[in-house]
Amino acid sequence: MALFALRRLLLSVPLLIGITFVSYVVISLAPGGPLDFLTPEDPNASPEVKERLIKEFGLDQPIHVQYWQWLKRAVRLDFGRSFLPDGRPVLAKIGERLPVTLFLNLVELAIIVGVAVPIGVLSATRQHSLYDKVTTVFVFVGFATPDFWLALLLMILFGVQLGWLPISGLRSLNWEYLSFWQQQWDFFAHLVLPIVVATFGGLAGFSRYMRQSMLEVVRQDYVQTARAKGLSERVVISKHALRNALLPVVTILALALPGLIGGSVIIESIFAIPGMGQLMVQSVFSRDYPVVMGNLVIVATLTLVANLVADISYALVDPRIRFGGRRGRR
Amino acid sequence: MPRRRARGRSLLAWAAGGLLLTACNGPIESRSEEGSTVGGAPAYGDTFIQASIGDIGGLIPSLTSDQSSHEVGGLIYDGLVKLDRDLNHAPSMAESWTYSRDCLELTFKLRRDVKWHDGRPFTAEDVVFTYQTMINPKTPAPFKEGFLLVKEAQALDPYTVRVTYDKPYARAIETWGTYILPKHRLQAFAEAGTLRESPQNSHPVGTGPYRFREWKPGEKVVLVASPDYYEGRPYLSRVVYRVIPSQATIFLELKARGVDYVSSLTGIQYARQTEYPAFRKAFHKFRYPGSGYTFLGFNLKDPRFADLRVRQAFAHAINRQELIDGVRLGLAREATGPIRPGTWAYTADVKRYPYDPQKAKALLAEAGWEDRDGDGLVEDREGKPFTLTIRTNQGNDERKKIAELVQQRLKEIGIQADIQLIEWAAFIKEFVKPRRFEVVVLGLGTGTDPDQFVVWHSSQRGPDQMNRTGYANAEVDHLLEQGRASCVQKDRARYYHRIQQILAEELPMIFLYTGDALPVVAARIHGVSPAPAGILYNFTEWFVPKPAQRYTSG
Repeated sequence: MALFALRRLLLSVPLLIGITFVSYVVISLAPGGPLDFLTPEDPNASPEVKERLIKEFGLDQPIHVQYWQWLKRAVRLDFGRSFLPDGRPVLAKIGERLPVTLFLNLVELAIIVGVAVPIGVLSATRQHSLYDKVTTVFVFVGFATPDFWLALLLMILFGVQLGWLPISGLRSLNWEYLSFWQQQWDFFAHLVLPIVVATFGGLAGFSRYMRQSMLEVVRQDYVQTARAKGLSERVVISKHALRNALLPVVTILALALPGLIGGSVIIESIFAIPGMGQLMVQSVFSRDYPVVMGNLVIVATLTLVANLVADISYALVDPRIRFGGRRGRR
Repeated sequence: MPRRRARGRSLLAWAAGGLLLTACNGPIESRSEEGSTVGGAPAYGDTFIQASIGDIGGLIPSLTSDQSSHEVGGLIYDGLVKLDRDLNHAPSMAESWTYSRDCLELTFKLRRDVKWHDGRPFTAEDVVFTYQTMINPKTPAPFKEGFLLVKEAQALDPYTVRVTYDKPYARAIETWGTYILPKHRLQAFAEAGTLRESPQNSHPVGTGPYRFREWKPGEKVVLVASPDYYEGRPYLSRVVYRVIPSQATIFLELKARGVDYVSSLTGIQYARQTEYPAFRKAFHKFRYPGSGYTFLGFNLKDPRFADLRVRQAFAHAINRQELIDGVRLGLAREATGPIRPGTWAYTADVKRYPYDPQKAKALLAEAGWEDRDGDGLVEDREGKPFTLTIRTNQGNDERKKIAELVQQRLKEIGIQADIQLIEWAAFIKEFVKPRRFEVVVLGLGTGTDPDQFVVWHSSQRGPDQMNRTGYANAEVDHLLEQGRASCVQKDRARYYHRIQQILAEELPMIFLYTGDALPVVAARIHGVSPAPAGILYNFTEWFVPKPAQRYTSG
């Protein structure tokens, strides 16, 4: 097991380098460069400034040299400074946005799992029932509804018409002046709409996987056996079927990890939440290579780690995989 | 994306003096219950919340080119001069200035009561330092041209600065309206070329009416009134710029009274979506001509467009009123040239091109384009049909609609036009700069000074320069040089009037319209008084009467 993990870990190093190299080349080849944004389409902008910045940023070098320079610094975890006029270190820019996105996404994921698993299980055990049909319609409506549209509708209803919830942002402007509990409530109120919108869209996938996986499991012989033993249906489902049905879902869950820090651009933009999604999109649009690459390294690393975790957790959850290697155990 | 859209709307952000002013002379309309909003007893306090679609780039605005940075920077920093309500230069940190008789020397007398926000006195040293920093090749300031023309800037004594020029420069005074930087905080960084990394770029110290309080990147910038501001403490105690990257959300926040000011509504928001009693009670809407124009630009390198008759045919084929009504819901005015209407340099006495498809067809025929095979499209003598592509940037709905309406009108005169929308960076780099286009729809800003040397002079046709159509006219060149080198307004007006007449005759581009600025301000805020300069010019005098104040904290 440990050997397996180690081998996978070592293999991911060249993979990570490959990913960053391809990304570096692709972003550099995209039309326009950082300078098109620093020195805009303006009659009064001076071209010399541009020349100077190109030199300063090292953009006059061939791509492979640029990449090598970047890689040398990146292995020491120095991702450089943003090309934007704020000139701040990349890690600081990412660091201040990561917590919000991570927090939001963890809450979302928890809610999605918490809601989708029962939906999936129930609609599998009552396949073709009215409940099954209703939830199927419900989750697919959620899946098909554009985020931004739902978000705007909810904002109009709860923010403008009813005035119950704040429309955007994370905190009220007078947040510092609120008492502790008011602050918590204020924060919570700001989170309601974004989380509802984000989870609504995410329910479909998960509950479908759960349903599918459950449907397969309840047809297995061991479930029949459990029933034949005279166990109650509740125990059969929750103890014997569910645990096995969760296996593929765990994989999907692990693969959702990198998404946790990616953040949703649409949700973040519409609700004015300063998270990773916005940072990534803004840095791509302004061709802020250091920030783009910094972001990318984190996401790529997490994806690789998530794959590893998925495999390992598979082994942990499924005794057949865990003990399969040991001889004579059966 | 939002950055893009903001940029697309007005191609240039003109930083002129203290606040970014976005308006001009001409009819001014205020759609509020009582007209302008003067009244009530002035009182200190309350918070002014403004939504900004993009985050600021940094807090040394001289290094940035985005509008948000200049709006915020304009409140933190002051210049030696500022623009008054009529867009004239007025004293700010300089109490007076004098030109020498030959226009080559400009002497500023500085106020003695100006202090940096950290308590240090402001002196002539800071002005000279700002000049030296701006001309330093290590300073990545996008707008430094005005400073590069200066021959020498020297401090005669702590409160007198003398600037000398090699030759008269008409925009000299405008240059000194930009942000003066604190020498005591920046000297080392400026010399090392690391201004962007200096503490000043994240925690600025200025001399302006508001002090910096905090910047939460991507979320908000908070400023507080400077109690010892030399022109008197501003009434509004706090100013908050909230970053809201979605136009739709900004509008909803406005309706929910979560923001107090939006610099410009869209036409549909102004004309329809805000016309209900609750909104009219909570906000005052304003309307005046904006500071830029939208145009259809020709590539004069293309032999078809090198023919004046073809360009004039296009001008007659396009129905501008239709564009104004269809694209802007009537909230725009026809543009006749590149100069801001209502300013001293503007003239309406230029050739006009009313919508007239018959005349357009006749002009095309004269140029050799006729329908020879009866398919409804015009062909040249070899039978090659007149086809072209109208290009503009993606994400700008107005320009897209213009392209569509123009496409239809061109079809009427037998010209087959396609439309191509291209992402901003690619559009500029692949098409506009290398001049690989036939016609483009774009916008240009009109500054407070009429000098447009860089847009029309034949020396400015390089790939990184601004004469994008490739226009060259010896008389215009000469007039631009003269207009730039004179400091006598009457003479300058004559040059610019003539330039407008020539441009209207020769049509290197078709001037379409100037969109109206449509700002909204919360009704509780008093003292807003629309003027040729827009509304923000007297921001420090805006106030909320005590009983109407909404935010007590801070």
